[in-house]
Amino acid sequence: MTFIRRIPELLAPAVLVLATALLAFEVSTYLQAYFLDTLVKVAIVVALYVFIGNSGVLSFGTISFVAVGAWTAGVLTVPEGQKRVTMPGLTHFLVTTNVGNVASLALAAGVGAAFALAVGLPLMRLSGLAAGIATFAVLGITYNVLTYEQSIGPGLNAFSSVPQTTGIWQAAVGGLICVVVAYIYQRTRFGRKLRATREDSAAAAAVGISTYRQRLLAFTLSGALAGFAGGIYVHLLPLQVGGLYLDLTFITLAMLVVGGSGSLLGAVVGALAVNGIYSFFSAATNGVDVLGWNLTVPTGTAEIVLGVLMAAVLILRPSGITGGREFSLPRRRAVVDLEKARAPT
Amino acid sequence: MIVAFLNLTWGTFADALALGGIYALMAVGIGLVFGVLRLVNFAYGQLMMAGAFALAYGSQWGLPKWVSILFCFAVVLALSVVMDHLVFRPLRSHSPAVMLVATFAVAFLLQNIALLAFGSLGKTAGQFAELQAPWDIGGVEIRKIAIIAIVTATVCLALLQLLLTRTPVGLHMRAASMDFRTARMLGVRANRVIGGAVLISGLLAAVAAVMLSVQDTQVTSTFALSDTIYVLMGVVLGGLNRPIPATLGGFSIGFAFGLLGGILPSNQSQYLPSFIFAAVIVVLLVRPNGLFTRATGALERV
Repeated sequence: MTFIRRIPELLAPAVLVLATALLAFEVSTYLQAYFLDTLVKVAIVVALYVFIGNSGVLSFGTISFVAVGAWTAGVLTVPEGQKRVTMPGLTHFLVTTNVGNVASLALAAGVGAAFALAVGLPLMRLSGLAAGIATFAVLGITYNVLTYEQSIGPGLNAFSSVPQTTGIWQAAVGGLICVVVAYIYQRTRFGRKLRATREDSAAAAAVGISTYRQRLLAFTLSGALAGFAGGIYVHLLPLQVGGLYLDLTFITLAMLVVGGSGSLLGAVVGALAVNGIYSFFSAATNGVDVLGWNLTVPTGTAEIVLGVLMAAVLILRPSGITGGREFSLPRRRAVVDLEKARAPT
Repeated sequence: MIVAFLNLTWGTFADALALGGIYALMAVGIGLVFGVLRLVNFAYGQLMMAGAFALAYGSQWGLPKWVSILFCFAVVLALSVVMDHLVFRPLRSHSPAVMLVATFAVAFLLQNIALLAFGSLGKTAGQFAELQAPWDIGGVEIRKIAIIAIVTATVCLALLQLLLTRTPVGLHMRAASMDFRTARMLGVRANRVIGGAVLISGLLAAVAAVMLSVQDTQVTSTFALSDTIYVLMGVVLGGLNRPIPATLGGFSIGFAFGLLGGILPSNQSQYLPSFIFAAVIVVLLVRPNGLFTRATGALERV
């Protein structure tokens, strides 16, 4: 019985991802780009959620794993002749090594996980602000090194001539993989243990849970998903290191918080809602038809709307749209009524 | 002399001290607000950006220098009060993570408003450019702004220390930053203390904005953004809870950046942020509560 009741928890976010993909088939190629971007954002936000949501510890490091994954998948799939032109400083090994699309994504996930593990080994001992700032430092280092190190990538230039294999299928499947992995993880004993440390670290320690070990596991898994998402991203757009730094960190964190960082559904809903609104106003800079009325807004409106919306959601509903709950079919239980009764009117 | 090796000159040394001083002002501004609100204000750099734009308009309109500076102070103070009332106060009772993301949102918003209003090239704040010129002190050339920044930072920090230790408001602020709830029970007025901290923090942001705009005369929407990140690092490095450790942390980061940036050749100094960040990580691992603190109280879970 519980198993059947649990099904909607996975189904709801998965259906949302699929619905986005199906909608993407219906719209013009110009608008399709926004849908694909949204699906990639879903993957990144789910990667963020696996660590931040389950552990309750704020981390700014995830985008550095996205960047590392993008670099891996990008460098390994640009045709050799192109590499010699666009990335003259690349080390010989990377120039001559090329892999296919799927292999590049798997390697991106692997490198993301390895990097996250290496970073997490020392850093997962920290918590609170120290952890936040230390992961921020990791992000800063990654950005700094990828910007200037020409032997492992294009440096400040954009990744040109990466095969654009991320169409609707790859974006949708990628998003789904992240959602399913995140769901399976949070249902395993590892996920439950980590959530226990989030709720009460002293009680969790008392029943023999090692906070350090559980956080490290989640951090590594989150790194793998982030690297994977980065691989999908680089196969979609000619990425640039500047696009994988503060703005992306901010926007994806915003998505997680707006949706509700306590649940997988929150991560997916947040990514879809925030990116939907952002995309709408980005598209509106070139004019869009809203119910037969043409709307054109100046460049930059999307960012301002997003900033206002974020602040508003945080002030009015700080636990996010979903309130940190998974989707469940309505059922009559005293607990639910009690919570409603307790809510301030 | 100790400074005779490498490329280190007295000028570079003074510049490093000056940058350390400016960062120390920013650090104590961030630390004060954290003390009473438990809020890490990521939007601090955008306050400074607004001040720098005010200075740029001051020079465009040909205002006298002191009027420009007053205008800058007015803009920064007004903006910090508005920010406090619209965003920080409503969120006061929420978790530090929510508040941090909220300040992220404010920072993002202000940055994009500036981008929309002033374009990606920004504006020029050229009124104080002559302070870049060096003074000759006993055969040693030191830039005027370096000396002014060191003196200003010292004076500001000394005044702040007096305020915190010798006035009732300062006492309330220190009490609130140790234990807000107990302080309130003992009759400290929460809103007044928070308002005071926000105002002082804004004042320090304005001072720092004037100093920084002398060096970065081209004011864009990313003005003081990377500085804020470095200062945040420094503040946590020193210890967020108390003003003096926070100040020392900010100063150390600024001094290290100024000094190493001045003496390293550019092919090495491009990786300077990485070295500093790595150093920050190492320090945090060894002393998670900060380098300059003795207290080992539990930190906030963010």
